[in-house]
Formats: sequence, C-alpha cells, structure tokens
Amino acid sequence: MKTVDEKTVTMNRRKFLEITGVSTIVGLLGGWGLVELLAPGELEATYLPKKEALVAKRWAMLIDMKKITEQSAKKCITVCHRIHNVPDVGDPKREIKWIWLEHFANAFPGDEHEHMPERIEEERFFVMCNHCDNPPCVRVCPTKATWQRGDGIIMMDQHRCIGCRYCMAACPFGARGFNWGDYRFLIKDRNPEYPTREKGVVEKCNFCAERLAKGRIPACVEESEGAMVFGDLMDSQSELRKIMREQYTIRRKPYLGTNPQVYYMV
Amino acid sequence: MFERALAGDRKYWGLVVVLLAIVCTGFIAYLWQLKMGLRITGMSRDVSWGFYIAQFTYLVGIAASAVMLVLPYYLHNYKAFGRITILGEFLAVAAVSMCVMFILVDLGKPMRVLNVLLHPTPNSVLFWDMVVLSGYFLLNIVIGWTVLEAEKNTAPPPSWVKPLIYLSIPWAPCIHIVTAFLYAGLPGRGFWLTAIMAPRFLVSAFASGPALLILLAMILKKFTKFDAGTKPIQTLATIVTYCIIINVLFVFFEVFTVFYSQIPEHMRHFEYLFAGIAGYGKLVPWMWVSMIGMITASILLVIPAVRRNHATLALACVMVIVTTWIDKGLGLITGGFVPNPFDRITEYWPTTLELLISAGVWAAGFLILTILYKIAVSIKEELG
Repeated sequence: MKTVDEKTVTMNRRKFLEITGVSTIVGLLGGWGLVELLAPGELEATYLPKKEALVAKRWAMLIDMKKITEQSAKKCITVCHRIHNVPDVGDPKREIKWIWLEHFANAFPGDEHEHMPERIEEERFFVMCNHCDNPPCVRVCPTKATWQRGDGIIMMDQHRCIGCRYCMAACPFGARGFNWGDYRFLIKDRNPEYPTREKGVVEKCNFCAERLAKGRIPACVEESEGAMVFGDLMDSQSELRKIMREQYTIRRKPYLGTNPQVYYMV
Repeated sequence: MFERALAGDRKYWGLVVVLLAIVCTGFIAYLWQLKMGLRITGMSRDVSWGFYIAQFTYLVGIAASAVMLVLPYYLHNYKAFGRITILGEFLAVAAVSMCVMFILVDLGKPMRVLNVLLHPTPNSVLFWDMVVLSGYFLLNIVIGWTVLEAEKNTAPPPSWVKPLIYLSIPWAPCIHIVTAFLYAGLPGRGFWLTAIMAPRFLVSAFASGPALLILLAMILKKFTKFDAGTKPIQTLATIVTYCIIINVLFVFFEVFTVFYSQIPEHMRHFEYLFAGIAGYGKLVPWMWVSMIGMITASILLVIPAVRRNHATLALACVMVIVTTWIDKGLGLITGGFVPNPFDRITEYWPTTLELLISAGVWAAGFLILTILYKIAVSIKEELG
C-alpha cells in the first residue's frame, strides 16, 4: 500500500508542476497577446517629436571637401567627441571615434589612382557612420539594439546591446567602435547632457539625434562654417538637394548596395 | 544512468580532475575578463572577432559531424554504426556546449544574452544560429540518452524517438550552414563573401568530426573494454578521405575565382594570409602548414594500406584535425578582418588570458564528453 501511495504522491506533484508551468506560460503569452489584440502596439512606447524638433523624411549629409581645412576639421571632431562623451583612449587599436579623417585612398579604396590631383591625394576626408538607407548593421543585430528611425538615422540602444560585435563585422565603413574596457574614467570634461557608455557595448555617430530633438543641427555641421550641409533628402527644396542638383557628389562604396547617406564633393 | 559517471577507476578520476583544474583556471581568467572587459584579449576595432568566435565556428563543424554516423545507420540501415552512433551524438552535445560557452565569453555584456530571446530578430543570422544550435543540442541529448537507456534495459527505444532522429539528420547540416551564413552574407568583407563558404564548412566539418571520432574510438579501445570494431572505423576513414579531398578542391575553387578575377577586395585577404602584406604576416607559416598538411593528409588517406593500419590512420586523422583547425580556428576569422575596410593592416594574435579562457572552455567541453562517454561505455561494458 505504501509504495502505491508514494507513487500517487509523486505523480500528483509532477502533474502539479506541469499544470503550474504550462498555465504560467499560457498566462504570460495570453496576457500579452490579449493586449496586442485589443490595442495593437500599445505595449511598445510611443514617441512623438516635440514642437521645436527638426524633422525630415530622410536625413542626409553633404560634405564639401574644398571648404574644409585640417584645422576646421579638427574643431568639428573635438566638438563632436566632447558633447557625446567620446573618450580619448589613446590606443589606435581600441579607440572610439565618431567622426575622424582618412586619406582618399583609405576612405574610398579602389577609387584612387596614381595620377590624381595632389590636393585630393593628400587631403584627408571626414568619415563617420553613413546612416545607410539599407543598413547591414541593423540587418545583423540579434537584439534590435541598433535600428533605423523613420527619418533614416541609425540609432544605438546601449542598454540593450549585448556586445556581440556582429554589427562591427557587418559595417563596410569601419564606423563602429566597441568599449573594450571601462572608458568612462577617460572622459576629461564630461557633458552631463549626454549619457556615457559602459564597457562591453558598441557605439557610433548618431547624426546628433539628441540635438535634432531640440531643434539644433548636428554639432559638426554647425562647427564646419558652411562646409557641411545637413538636410532632408526627400525635400526637393532643401539646400542639400539644391547643391546636389548642381554639383557632382560621391559616396563611399556605393556598389555594396547599403545606400550611404553621407555625400562628398571633392 | 548518471550514477555510472560517479564510479570509475583512478584513470577516469585523474582525467576528470585534470580537466576540472583547467576549467577552474579558465574560469578565473574569465572572471578577470568580466572585470576588465574584452581589452584583455588581442581583439581590436579592426579585428573585432578573434579566437573565441573562431573556436565556436570550428566546433559547430565537429557538432554537425554526428550526422555522418546517424545518417548511414538510420537511413541506409548500415548496422556497423549501430554501436557507435551514441559516440557521435554525445560528441555533438559536448561540441555544442563549447559553442555556447565560446559565444558567451565573447560577449561584451554576457548578462544580457537573454535579450536575444526577449527581442527575437528573425532578420539576424545570429538569432537563427541560436535557434538551430539549441535545437540541435536538445535533439542529441534526448536521442542519445533515450536510446542508451533503452539499450541498458535491453528494450527497443520508445517510438517517439524515431521522428526526432529523422529530424536530427537534416538539422545537423543546418547548424553549419547557418554558421557559414553568419559570415557569407556581409557586404564589404571580400574574404567571406563567397557562396562556397557553406559547402566548404560542411566538408571540412565532415572530415574533421569523423577524424576526431576515429581517434576517440581508438582511445576508448585502449583504455576501456569498449571496442568500436574495425568496420565502422574503416567506413569513417573513407568518409574522412572523401571529405578532406573535397575540402582541398573547394579551397582551389575559391582561389581560382579570387585570383583569376583579380578583384583586389577579394585577393587582399588571401595575400595577407599566404604571403603577408607590407611585412605583416603572422599567419603565413600557419596557413602554409594547414594547406600542405591538408594535401598530404588527402594523399596519405587515399592509400588503402595507410587507412588499414591504425597507427598511420591515427596520424592522418591528427593531421586532418590540426589542418582544418588552423584553417577555420585561426585563419578564417582574422583573414576576413585583415585588411580592414580602410585597406589598412591591423594584425591579431590571441593573448595568454584569451588562450587560458579558451582552454577552460575546451576543457569544460571535454569534461562533458568524458562524463557522457563514461556513462555510455559503462553501459556497453555491462552488456558485453
């Protein structure tokens, strides 16, 4: 009799665990599903830009290299890195940079040739995240920690990033940097208006999304004294489009099909 | 059945203790990495994946190769493999465990790994890799354990396990195909952007995995009463032979396309790996050892006398394992990142800490393998 009792008890216990387990899952999924069914999308946070925000259908940037000098470029870089709390790591192998300078042959590999004007050969070009319209980094991210906004800006959620660095392998422009260690203590004068990053996450240029939200153009554009133009690619009346109509512009590695949105006039 | 892992002779416990010691050393090194960040590795802005991801890639192949035992036995009724399918399945379990650990130690924020489940992203190949790897792990542990338990009770395996076995057959190549897709679909990485990546992954896996199984079977024969028998080892040797030859051929296909087309973005990576660029060429000797060794092993294995003699067969198997490991576990990942998107060279070499952590993961995998094999072998010994 005793053995039978024990068996019944274990069966009951097992059954009990099964039922609680299954009902928990059903409850969780069902609850979520019900909300999704009755009010689709309501569980996700909704976002509306403030009145003063700058808005566009598709943000893009134009850089007129003829108007940029090494000094003015340095100013743009310094301002960007200061306001975004980009640390000065010092070690080029593990540094973080949002905007920097590269020679033509490095920024546009394959497009250079031996008989180019010396000016272009020696000039250093601004490079940064291209905020591609068809971004491979967004395609590969396994957590949607990097995503594309409606206005085209490629954003990073440093609270969701798991640090797998798949986006860094996918980016054909080397635009992304990783916090290989705790870089916070390297930030000299910290801007309290912008968050710092922990070790173990990826970061890059965000087209100054935080400034656009407050009605200000990107800091590098502001600092460039007219050498950089930021505007709406979908607005045929924008200054950006006006210049594009008249001047020939090039982009980095357009043949890869990522549709980069930083245009250069050389 | 697990109690069989708790009773063993001194050699068994000696092995367990040695592996545990390596696991502990690796774990302490990992704690240091958790504190300091991934800067304790040799990885950089330009070579942002290194030794960990390369080991992961190699081990997915080892895991997939279990199908080389399961498929002939269950689909072609090839009875000789009946005794050793369990070795393949348990090797797959150990290999997938290592894969998962290598991914974990590579993450900058390992505590957030469940974000992959919390925010499932079907457009990411990494998401699918997680799905196929965890599925493959479950399939093999459930199938292996159930079939072994039935064998212990001298009863036929339960009927529900059959569909799982059939499912595990196409599932195995899938794990390696998806792993190849991690790399083969990235624009701007000329070295990886090739349709032959997945086929090459499969054949190198089906060469190295069975080669490892042959060695494991020989070790088991030496130290336990379990004899896999000559016939299955010879069949495995044939599989290794065909697959390593096809792998060499696939490398040649790749080299032809890259160098006859003369497209710099594809050629530069091969130049770096096999000749070095501007004095940078840390991997050059390794890559040549890998290629020459792979060709030598192919030639050796074609000779029937070499395959039949267990000593020379073991040597050829070691060559296959080492050369395919250099190819995938050393050259593949670094070669894809050098030169970088700016056509500049940043070299990569793993640090001591990185190697310690990797050794810890390998030891943990072999500990799992030792325990699972101990259970399987004990049961086979009892049955005689």
